[in-house]
Amino acid sequence: MKFAVLVFPGSNCDIDCYKAVEETLGEPVDYVWHTATDLSAYDCILVPGGFSYGDYLRCGAISRFAPVMSEVAKAAEQGKYILGICNGFQILTEAGLLPGALLRNTSMKFRCHDTVLKVANNRTPFTTDFSENEEIVIPIAHGEGNYYCDEETLARLQENNQIVFTYSSNPNGSVLDIAGICNERGNVVGMMPHPERAVNSLLGSEDGKRMFTSILKAWRDTHGAASVR
Amino acid sequence: MMKATVYVTIKQGVLDPQGVAVQGALHSMGFEEVSSLRIGKYMELQLDTNDRAEAEQRVKAMCEKLLANTVVEDYRYELEG
Repeated sequence: MKFAVLVFPGSNCDIDCYKAVEETLGEPVDYVWHTATDLSAYDCILVPGGFSYGDYLRCGAISRFAPVMSEVAKAAEQGKYILGICNGFQILTEAGLLPGALLRNTSMKFRCHDTVLKVANNRTPFTTDFSENEEIVIPIAHGEGNYYCDEETLARLQENNQIVFTYSSNPNGSVLDIAGICNERGNVVGMMPHPERAVNSLLGSEDGKRMFTSILKAWRDTHGAASVR
Repeated sequence: MMKATVYVTIKQGVLDPQGVAVQGALHSMGFEEVSSLRIGKYMELQLDTNDRAEAEQRVKAMCEKLLANTVVEDYRYELEG
């Protein structure tokens, strides 16, 4: 299984994502610059955190028009796995690949600490190695992670089971304590917390590992035979 | 040349934490009459065109595509020249 970690000017969690894949899974992984125009070689695309384009205008507003983003949309359409973390989540909402938007934290503070998340949906390709409603520890680091969508969208998210993670103690004011969501099909996930920063007990938690192992398992379930032989 | 002025504001019903904080600061300074404060963005664009209809259509497209996120923001614009 082949992973791509997108790199925009101002990305700063790209190395963490790369290392998380390398050390947790040992699967091939490449950095892919934002000007790339072909992602066909990759099975999973990680959109990392950071401050792409300095968060100018709005977080993710400029990155979403990077050449690579039309390839990301294509990959999403093809059912490939796409995970946007923190700024990556903001980019995916700006790009319209996920509904809603991320607003300034209601506290007006940049929050940077561990959070306890509840796995609200363990049936996405990204969460099968968790049990339903399991509580896991994953750190956050954001000033604009306050997930917002209108009531109609929120009802749709609930109806289709698109809320993937919720906070046990809401750090940013997000609606329904939402920490992460997926698209209707379940192959695109966006989340504010950083699973790539929780892959070793030395980092304080290794709960994030299971997101990566889940993705590999999901891919093997559909391509498995070929990769084992 | 034409000038476009674009105003982007947070939608009514969407919380503006920055506005709430500034309102609180004004209250603590004695400006109790401030019952609401919302912060938005103001942009000035110089356009290399004299065709008003075309300019209007293109500024609207700029707002829809990039300058505002219509999930949480409203926009309006004025054209001069």
